[in-house]
Amino acid sequence: MIETLNVRASRFLRRMFNRPRIDMPLALGLFVLALTGLVTLYSAGDGSLGLVGGQAGRFALGGALLMLVSRIPPSVLRGWTPWLYLGSVALLVVVAILGEGRGSIRWLDLGVFRFQPSELLKLTTPMMVAWYLHPRQLPPTWTDIVAVGLLIAIPAGLIAEQPDLGTAVLVTAAGAFALFLSGMAWWRIGALLALVGGMIPVGWHFLHQYQRDRVLTLLNPESDPLGNGWHIIQSQIAVGSGGIFGKGWLHSTQSRLDFLPEHTTDFIFAVFSEEFGLIGVAALLALYAFIVGRCLWIAMEARDTFSRLLAGAIGMSFFVYVFVNGGMVAGMLPVVGVPLPLISYGGTSAVSLLTGFGVLMSIHANRKMHI
Amino acid sequence: MKNRRSTRRSIKDPRGESILFRRRALAGFALIVLSLCLLLSRFVFLQVMHHDEFVTRAQANRVKPRAIPPARGLIYDRHGVLLADNVPAFRLEVVPEQVKDMPALLARLGQVVPLDPDDLDAFRKQLKQSRRFDSVPVKMRLTEDEIARFAVNRWRFPGVDVVPYLIRRYPQGSMFAHVVGYVGRIDVGDLERLDPKRYQGTSHVGRTGVERSYENVLHGTPGYELLEVNADGRTQRVLETHAPTPGKNLYLSIDVRLQKAAETAFAGRPGAAVAIDPRNGQVLAMVSVPSFDPNLFVNGISQADYSALTGDPDTPLYNRALRGVYPPGSTIKPLIGLAGLETGFRTPQDTVVSTGVFYIPGQSRGYRDDQRGGVGRVDLVGAITQSVNTYFYKLAMDMGIDRLSQFMGKFGFGQPTGIDVIGESSGVLPSREWKAANFNQPWYPGETVIAGIGQGFWAVTPLQLAHAIATFAGHGVPYAPRLVMATQSAGQAAPTALTNPPSGPSLIRKPSDWDVVNQGMEQVIYGSRGTGRQLGIGFPYLMAGKSGTAERYSRKSDAYETNRDTAYLATRHRAWFVAYAPADNPQIAVAVLIESGAWGAQAAGPVVRAILDAWLASHGGVLPDAKRLPDATPASRPAGTPPVEAAPEDEGAIEDLPVSDSARGAP
Repeated sequence: MIETLNVRASRFLRRMFNRPRIDMPLALGLFVLALTGLVTLYSAGDGSLGLVGGQAGRFALGGALLMLVSRIPPSVLRGWTPWLYLGSVALLVVVAILGEGRGSIRWLDLGVFRFQPSELLKLTTPMMVAWYLHPRQLPPTWTDIVAVGLLIAIPAGLIAEQPDLGTAVLVTAAGAFALFLSGMAWWRIGALLALVGGMIPVGWHFLHQYQRDRVLTLLNPESDPLGNGWHIIQSQIAVGSGGIFGKGWLHSTQSRLDFLPEHTTDFIFAVFSEEFGLIGVAALLALYAFIVGRCLWIAMEARDTFSRLLAGAIGMSFFVYVFVNGGMVAGMLPVVGVPLPLISYGGTSAVSLLTGFGVLMSIHANRKMHI
Repeated sequence: MKNRRSTRRSIKDPRGESILFRRRALAGFALIVLSLCLLLSRFVFLQVMHHDEFVTRAQANRVKPRAIPPARGLIYDRHGVLLADNVPAFRLEVVPEQVKDMPALLARLGQVVPLDPDDLDAFRKQLKQSRRFDSVPVKMRLTEDEIARFAVNRWRFPGVDVVPYLIRRYPQGSMFAHVVGYVGRIDVGDLERLDPKRYQGTSHVGRTGVERSYENVLHGTPGYELLEVNADGRTQRVLETHAPTPGKNLYLSIDVRLQKAAETAFAGRPGAAVAIDPRNGQVLAMVSVPSFDPNLFVNGISQADYSALTGDPDTPLYNRALRGVYPPGSTIKPLIGLAGLETGFRTPQDTVVSTGVFYIPGQSRGYRDDQRGGVGRVDLVGAITQSVNTYFYKLAMDMGIDRLSQFMGKFGFGQPTGIDVIGESSGVLPSREWKAANFNQPWYPGETVIAGIGQGFWAVTPLQLAHAIATFAGHGVPYAPRLVMATQSAGQAAPTALTNPPSGPSLIRKPSDWDVVNQGMEQVIYGSRGTGRQLGIGFPYLMAGKSGTAERYSRKSDAYETNRDTAYLATRHRAWFVAYAPADNPQIAVAVLIESGAWGAQAAGPVVRAILDAWLASHGGVLPDAKRLPDATPASRPAGTPPVEAAPEDEGAIEDLPVSDSARGAP
């Protein structure tokens, strides 16, 4: 009994490593991105190898999870989806009841490590939307749209309540992209957007004071010279002084002299822009565009509705990270704690992103076969 | 066409969906590329079009913001005498990120400015907690000499600077150490609970007393300044200043003169005194003797000073008024008597015969009266006047422990009084529930008997007793005690009074019950057999009071019999005296405890009188709303009779009490 189990396990592992079911272009893109991240981190962290080593370790863990998840066929994943979704929402409720965290409540202390359940929802929400739309006639009707809206609103509302607006936006975007890709009629999208636009003044009322301050600070950075306004000004100076060709690797002055805050995490893009200039920025954005494009390609090749919607939604929400972080660094969007994917220092997001790409790999492996 | 489509819609159409998805994916990708172009155009705007401007700004980026800590609110007594002040001083600070080799720097710095191990310990602790670009203080309160020596050697120490700041000073020294408390350096634990934004640049935080409980009021809002720094990070000039908002000043209800009189009257004997205004709960004096100099703690107390304080057998750091718990003894007899009247178990006319020993029916064990042979037949007024144990033994038996503790609980025993500083003890209100919870034993009738005279499980703090007497003196209207009377914002001419509404309706149902008990307490002072009969002499207004002498040891112990002289008795007794005045319109209630006094009235009584005299003097010796006694010597006392030494009274008389009082509560 144990022997057969052993045999099966070793066969599974052997297959996993001998025939990794991964899409080479996507894997290559991610690899180059991670490498860029480590190189930038070395400079941003004042040459701290400990920082780079730690991040490389997280990439390794994320890569292993990617391989593992890529072995799970999409049909199996689809079967698990409702349970994964309900489980992660239940964890959010648990966090709301007894979670801990300074100022905002996001973490669940599991003794050994602390864990942020909202991170799970970035994956389980689009999965649930795809699962819901999978058996239905597409494009979706109003009934479907309302149901999907509820599936998104429950976790997004709980996360916004923590309060963690950045993650709430990402979760909403992931779910909304699945809906968009399902072929929701353009006029319905327009109507919905108009409705959301009309709700903005109401939503403003529900924001926390510090969240409103962040938006107001964007309009007038000088109003908060010790906090976010300072971040915005310093970040723009760093970016702008980089010019077209940049100051060269390890030669950023603004982060080195500590004018730029959070320069290994949320504002690492500013360090990158200062050192590698507009050319570097264009190349990095092109790399992100390539990765997102490849994700959409995999989605188009996918075998069924669930896989298609899920792959597309993951790819497109990856882009949201880039846009929100880039916009923040360039002073276009308010300061929200969204990292630059696979470049910013920090474990949770790197691991969860790579896990999401594992799902994409699995979808790719189970694509439609052209005859 | 339309018809065909609707029939097709009823079943799933994978091919159509696939095409639909492909279109959507392409649209999505177009959207993404468009957004990225938008983002890229912003970078072009910053990096190409405004490149020169930002290069200039980056090179000129010599401006750093720095928080300006707010000045801490000052603390005054009720008449504006300064109790806590801010004085300017200088400290040495290090910016960690500008230092390559910290141990070497500290070694070199130590040769210029002496750094003792306490300084270095505090510095290392804080270094771990702070960000690399925030400066960390190394040494507080530099002398003129040290500042001068550092100034000459400053070029050798990049990242180190002399910074001016305000330091807390307590001009009254030890007199207010237990009330005002003190501030201390912010440590690791504080950093976790304090809002970092509000405490940027602040080095001290309230540790104990009012400084701690009113931290939020005393601490203001920081401002900031924009500094121009050179390549070393040294400040060249200040470009802009946005002033901080100072914290609010506090006015305590305590009067320095009362506090001083109380402290002096103790003459160093360990004990505590609390005076409360029964009309509003304001604390007029709160003393715990011995005390300590709070100024020692402001910059971190040295190991030697701290050992001296903690090693002192009289424990000066211990706040006896707030935390010390002692058996209240006979001081609670008036309230027990009130309970008897209010619950209907006694009328003022009911009498009890005191024979010297009281027996629970059916038990052979006796409970002694303080006078051998007893005092004969007494009513409630007489029982309070002469502190007759038997009356209260019997009353407690008749009421039963449940009614007794329920009534006494309303006067605040067994729970915190809710005073506006933290750390007060709850004491013990004897009850079945308390005993079951703490000893897991049933209640015995004998314990009810001794609870009637404030012995046994009873434990109260001086504050609790003062609060209870003040509540009684105020005709039963309870107020939570308050130390802080008013606050004052910067630039505000007159302080704003803080309101303190009563915490409930009057606890006394029949005003006539109050009159009877009050009469008993007046007779304690003025009655020919009153236990405190010399205390009222010369006081121009009516006083009411009660003495208490609580035993620390059981009479069964060997220690009791070995030496019976007064000096030795003192080590076994807690001397209490409680009083209020004027009895016809009470405006001050006082409780005084002396940890080792022989007899309550003799030891603690004069301290009460000293406080009342100082209080009266602070009113100019005249109270317009109370009846002035016709003569300095009250009429009820036979003229010409010399004051008699207070008779020995209420030696708790507890036969066979297995647990000594010293085993509980007392420090």
